[in-house]
Amino acid sequence: MSAHAARGADHPILSVRHLSKRFGRVQAVDDVSFDLFPGEVLGIVGESGSGKTTLLRAVAGQEAPDTGAVLYRDRWGGLVDLHALPEGRRRRLHRTDLGLVQQNPRDGLRMGVSAGANVGERLMALGHRHYGTIRQSAHDWLARVEVDPARLDDPPAQLSGGMQQRLQIARNLVSEPRLVFMDEPTGGLDVSVQARLLDLLRGLVGELGLAVVLVTHDLGVARLLAHRLMVMQAGRVVETGLTDQVLDDPQAAYSQLLVSSILPV
Amino acid sequence: MSAHADSLAAAQTVEGYNFAYLDEQTKRMIRRSLLKAVAIPGYQVPFASREMPLPYGWGTGGIQVTASILGACDTLKVIDQGADDTTNAVNIRAFFARTAGVATTTRTEEASVIQTRHRIPETPLTDQQILVYQVPIPEPLRWLEPRERETRMLHALGEYGLMQVSLYEDIAQHGRIAKTYNYPVQVSGGYIMAPSPIPKFDNPKLHRNPALQLFGAGREKRIYAVPPYTDVRSLDFDDYPFDVEHWDTACALCGATDSYLDEIVTDDAGGRRYVCSDSDYCDRRRQAGDTGAAR
Ligand SMILES: Nc1ncnc2c1ncn2[C@@H]1O[C@H](COP(=O)(O)OP(=O)(O)OP(=O)(O)O)[C@@H](O)[C@H]1O
Ligand SMILES: [Mg+2]
Repeated sequence: MSAHAARGADHPILSVRHLSKRFGRVQAVDDVSFDLFPGEVLGIVGESGSGKTTLLRAVAGQEAPDTGAVLYRDRWGGLVDLHALPEGRRRRLHRTDLGLVQQNPRDGLRMGVSAGANVGERLMALGHRHYGTIRQSAHDWLARVEVDPARLDDPPAQLSGGMQQRLQIARNLVSEPRLVFMDEPTGGLDVSVQARLLDLLRGLVGELGLAVVLVTHDLGVARLLAHRLMVMQAGRVVETGLTDQVLDDPQAAYSQLLVSSILPV
Repeated sequence: MSAHADSLAAAQTVEGYNFAYLDEQTKRMIRRSLLKAVAIPGYQVPFASREMPLPYGWGTGGIQVTASILGACDTLKVIDQGADDTTNAVNIRAFFARTAGVATTTRTEEASVIQTRHRIPETPLTDQQILVYQVPIPEPLRWLEPRERETRMLHALGEYGLMQVSLYEDIAQHGRIAKTYNYPVQVSGGYIMAPSPIPKFDNPKLHRNPALQLFGAGREKRIYAVPPYTDVRSLDFDDYPFDVEHWDTACALCGATDSYLDEIVTDDAGGRRYVCSDSDYCDRRRQAGDTGAAR
């Protein structure tokens, strides 16, 4: 990890510039810019409807912004604009370098095939053609995200919500991406299940040196995982800073309301 | 129906129809699609499929392709499940005998155009022949990805991981790749193609076949092609390589051990025997003196 962490330390892995996205009369994302550094976890917090998911989808290259650029620095130091890439290259980058963990595991999993096939899909998309090797990787990754590898051939629908979310994480990490986008990865789970998943995520992010953009409305999750926080309100960034600073000493009036839990988040 | 009887019927072409039923403008349109299909092996070319005086399940895609390439001097063979004498085969053959007045045959080596459903003849084809397949579902990715726009994108980008996922799933669930017909292939290292519901036994015959192979899907309005001598590879895994069906018995009628065998139930007591699915191949062998009983 030291090689690219050292090289990348002073270069952001992701630079978002003046991103805006409107839905009809709603300005969902309004002129947002930020940098993300290798190994860094950036939390995006804000009340419901503040534009977190829209921003994440635009940053992840899933949805075209109206204006602005998303610049990704690849393994060789080259800068690519995710939204200017030809479709084929963008999709390939998504399989090799990027990951997306969705709030609803049904959106991020292939429900019609087994857990093993879900984990192996990226490998097969990248040209792996040895069944035994693919299966072994799927087995190892299930173990790594603490899903019993005996569930390898079960369809996702037979797994619990927490296991489905772990499966989604394994499915993304199997190709060793460098940058992962997560939208409420612990949303909709029991508190105890949430806590274990958070521990797991924290461990994996550290071990793999992942850069992460994490959307959450749960400030507890943000405090546990994020190095830095960005507070959004009505599509705009109202405050950015180190997580502890923002949570313990919020500057913007809106952040103060958010942190004091006066706002429904 | 014998070859002789077919030729007699062919002499009396029906009045009032254009040659081979389809109007010339439609045939030209289909030929343009065919040329495009040949130029881009395995690529599904959309075409404006016409209503035919036969129901879709009867192979209207194949019939339109045959109608568009047939000339007065052609000799047509039609097979269904390997046989020339099934209702579907007899009807299509009679249709072209009446509307085009072309000669028909049951002998593979005599035919210049062979329309088929479910089989590739056992008798090796030559570069003087065209094989026309009737295709019900042309899209090999359909059950994996129902969205048409997305499957087109996957083809355009050559993103075929999904197809491999389905093979993975087969092995995980059944211990082997369970697909026995319409087994997906990759054409010339490019497009992945549904070979139509032929048994995987026939897949190796797709590979570098000297004949031109044309595929017509009427209901789905797609035409695709494998030009002569084109590489066609059946998908598999390195440690689960593609293989074909084997029988530990020979054809009960002609003794062939190299042909695709159909299981025939012979009596109420559950008796069964295996015979060639390719009736012409079986007949030739028996006329040449081979018998199953002799072995
Ligand atoms: N596809 C869409 N069409 C129309 N409006 C949309 C669409 N997606 C989002 N919006 C609107 O954009 C705004 C931001 O929505 P977004 O989903 O990004 O918020 P969020 O911060 O993720 O909220 P939550 O915490 O509830 O998930 C909202 O007003 C929403 O109604
Ligand atoms: Mg959201």
